[in-house]
Amino acid sequence: MAVESKTQSRSAALETATAAAGGSEPTARRTVGDVSVPNPVMTCRQVNVHYGDKHAIRDVSLDVAHNEVIAMIGPSGCGKSTLLRCLNRLNDTIPTAVVTGTITLDGQDIYERRQDVVQLRARVGMVFQKPNPFPKSVYENVAYGPRIHGLAADRTELDEIVQTSLQRAGLWEEVKDRLDQPGTALSGGQQQRLCIARTIAVGPEVILMDEPCSALDPIATARIEDLIDELRQNYAICIVTHSMQQAARVSQRTAYFHLGDLIEVGSTDMIFTNPKHRLTEGYITGRFG
Amino acid sequence: MNKPDPLRTAQEQGRIRDLVERGLRRRYRAERRFRAYGLAAAVSGLLFVGFLFLSIISTGYTAFVQSYIQIDIRFDAELIDPEGKQVEEILRMGDYSGVFKAALREKFPQVEGRRELRQLYGLISDGSAFDLRDMVLDDPRLIGQTRELWLMASDDIDQLVKGKIDRKLPEDQRVVSDLQLGWLDALTAEDRVERRFNRVFFTAGDSREPEQAGVLGAVVGSFLTLAVTLLLSFPIGVAAAIYLEEFAPANRFTDMIEVNINNLAAVPSIVFGLLGLAVFIKFFGVPRSAPLVGGLVLTLMTLPTIIIASRAAIKAVPPSIREAALGMGASQVQVVAHHVLPLAMPGMLTGAIIGMARALGESAPLLMIGMVAFIADIPGSLTDPATVLPVQVFLWADSPERAFLERTSGAIMVLLVFLLVMNAAAVILRQKFERRW
Ligand SMILES: Nc1ncnc2c1ncn2[C@@H]1O[C@H](COP(=O)(O)OP(=O)(O)OP(=O)(O)O)[C@@H](O)[C@H]1O
Ligand SMILES: [Mg+2]
Repeated sequence: MAVESKTQSRSAALETATAAAGGSEPTARRTVGDVSVPNPVMTCRQVNVHYGDKHAIRDVSLDVAHNEVIAMIGPSGCGKSTLLRCLNRLNDTIPTAVVTGTITLDGQDIYERRQDVVQLRARVGMVFQKPNPFPKSVYENVAYGPRIHGLAADRTELDEIVQTSLQRAGLWEEVKDRLDQPGTALSGGQQQRLCIARTIAVGPEVILMDEPCSALDPIATARIEDLIDELRQNYAICIVTHSMQQAARVSQRTAYFHLGDLIEVGSTDMIFTNPKHRLTEGYITGRFG
Repeated sequence: MNKPDPLRTAQEQGRIRDLVERGLRRRYRAERRFRAYGLAAAVSGLLFVGFLFLSIISTGYTAFVQSYIQIDIRFDAELIDPEGKQVEEILRMGDYSGVFKAALREKFPQVEGRRELRQLYGLISDGSAFDLRDMVLDDPRLIGQTRELWLMASDDIDQLVKGKIDRKLPEDQRVVSDLQLGWLDALTAEDRVERRFNRVFFTAGDSREPEQAGVLGAVVGSFLTLAVTLLLSFPIGVAAAIYLEEFAPANRFTDMIEVNINNLAAVPSIVFGLLGLAVFIKFFGVPRSAPLVGGLVLTLMTLPTIIIASRAAIKAVPPSIREAALGMGASQVQVVAHHVLPLAMPGMLTGAIIGMARALGESAPLLMIGMVAFIADIPGSLTDPATVLPVQVFLWADSPERAFLERTSGAIMVLLVFLLVMNAAAVILRQKFERRW
C-alpha cells in the first residue's frame, strides 16, 4: 500500500505550480461526496497517472462496489479512460505511462510485484469503445478467454461456456446458427455484444466499459443498456460514457471528472438532480463539456 | 476592421463559386494529365516486359527440341566385349563410339580418308556412346544384334537442322562442311532425321557439349540453395522482427540494430559473397561451391528484406486487436502467437516472396563462394558442389558454341518458370492465411 514518494512529491510540486499559475481552482482538488463504499470490490487511493510530462490524473480516490454500475462522466480528455485502464493495468502497455497510488482488487494491491497481470485481467474484463472482435469465428472469439486461462476441461464444457456467455450477452439467438462465421462480419451492435460475451466468458468480477455504445444506434444501445442492467446482478461494472442519459439510465453511482480531477461522486440520482459542485452542475446542465 | 464577412454577401458567394470552378477545371486537367502519365508508364513497362519475353522465347524455344539421326547400329561383340565375358566392368569399358562410327561408315561406305571420316563421325554427338553403353548395360543380350536407333545429332548439325546456320554461306564461314551437308540431305531424304523433345535438357547436368548439357543440375542446385535460404531466413527474419517490434526495449542498442538492418538491405549483394567467403568457408570450414554455403550467403542477403517487411506487417496489425487480447488476459507471447502473427503472416510472406525472388536471381555473391565452377553432376546433397540457374545462364552465355545461345534462353525460361512456381506457392499460402479471417 506504499505510495511512491518520489513521484508523489513531484506531482505535489506540479500541483503547486498549477495552483500558483492560477490554472485550476483550489476547490477543484477535493472530491465532493463520499468516494468510499462499504465492502468494495476495487478501491483507488490517491491515484496519479503521468504520460511523460502530462499529468493525466490527479489524486483520484474512488471505490467500486459489488453489483453496482458506476458511471464515469466528464468532458473529453479529463482522464476517464486513463483511470479505467489503470484498473486492469492496460496502461502498462504504454511505455510513457507512470501510475502511482494504490489500487486494490478484493483488498489486494494490483500494482504489487506479486500480482500477475494475466490473472488480474481475467478478473477485471474490459469492453472497448470500438467493437474489436478478433478476426476469428464467433465461437473462437468467445472461447478465446476460457482457452487461454484453461477454464474448460473439454470441448463440451467449452461449448457450454460459449453458449451461456452468448446468451447472457443477448446474442445467442442471433448467432447460434453461424458460430463458425467471422465475428467481424456481424453488425456493429452485435460485435459489441460479442465483445461483452467474450469478456464475461472468463467470469470476471469487474467489467470495465469504455464508451461501449458510442458507435451504436439507439436500438443497439438500448439492448446493451438492458444487458448492463442484467449483468449488474453478477458483476461490478465501471462504464465511461458521454451520454448523460445513459449514465442516468444504467448507473447507480456517478463520478464526475474534470481535467484529471475527480470532482464529485455520489448516487446517480443525487448527481443528476442535485449536484453539489458547480463544475458538475455546469456539465450536467450542458453549460460546457 | 468592419469589413463585411466575405462569406455573407451573395456577390462574394458567387465569386467564391467562380474561383472554385476555375480551380476545379485546373484540378481535373491535372488529374487527366496525371492519369495519362501513369498509363504511359504502365504501357511502356508492359511493352518492355513483352519485348523481353518475346526475345527470350523466340531464341530459346528451340532449346526444348533436339535433332536425332536414325542409323542401323550393330552391337559388335568385337568392339564391346571381345572375350564374351558379359561382366559389367568389361561392358562398361567397351568401345561404343567405335560402334556408332562403324554404323556411320556402313551407311556411307564411299567415305575415305581420316579428315573426311572425322567429318562423318561429327554428325553424331559423342554423347551417343554413353547412350549405347547404357542400353547394353541394361540388356547385354543386345550384343551381336543390329537395331535401328535414333542417335543424338551433334550440336552443329542440330543447329543446321533448326535453321540456325545459314547453308548458303561459303563453306569456310560455316561450321558444317559441304560433305556433312550432303550426308545430312541424304539422311533427310530417307526420313532419318527428326526433331524430338529435348529430354536431355531437362534431365542432365552441365556439359561442355551443348547437346548433352541440361539444366537439371542448376535447377536442383537452385532448389537446394533456396531451401536453405528460406528455412533459415524466414524463421530468423520473422523472429527478429517480432523481437524488435514486440519485446525489444526502446534504447540506443535497439536503435542501432534498426539502423544497421536498414543499411544491410542496401548493401550490394557481392559484399555478402565476400562475407560468406570469409566467415562460412574460411572460418567455419563449410565446403565451398555447395548449396549449403550458397544458402547461408543468400540468407544474409535476404534477412534484411524479410525483417523490414515483417516489421511493417506487424506494425499494421490494428492496436485494437492487441488491446482486446491483452484485455482478455493474454500474455505478450500469446498476443503475438494468437493474433499478431496470423494477421501479419500475409505481409511477412510477401516479404519472403520478394526476398526469395531476389535470392533466386542472384549470381554475384555466389561467384565469390565458388558456385560458378563447371559442375556436370547433379548435386545430391547440401554439401555437393553445385551451381544455380542464374550462374548457369551466365556460364552458357559465356560459351562460344552457337548451340549454347538457345540453351541460355532456354535456361532463362526455366528460371522464370521456377520463379513463377515459387511465387504461386507463396500467393496460395498467403491467400490461405488471408481467408482465415
Ligand atoms: N498514450 C498517451 N500518451 C500521452 N498522453 C495521453 C495518452 N493517452 C491519453 N493521454 C492524455 O491524457 C489525458 C486523459 O486522456 P483520456 O484518454 O483518459 O481522456 P478521456 O477522459 O477518456 O477522454 P475522452 O472522453 O475523449 O475519451 C488527455 O489529455 C490525453 O491527451
Ligand atoms: Mg476515453
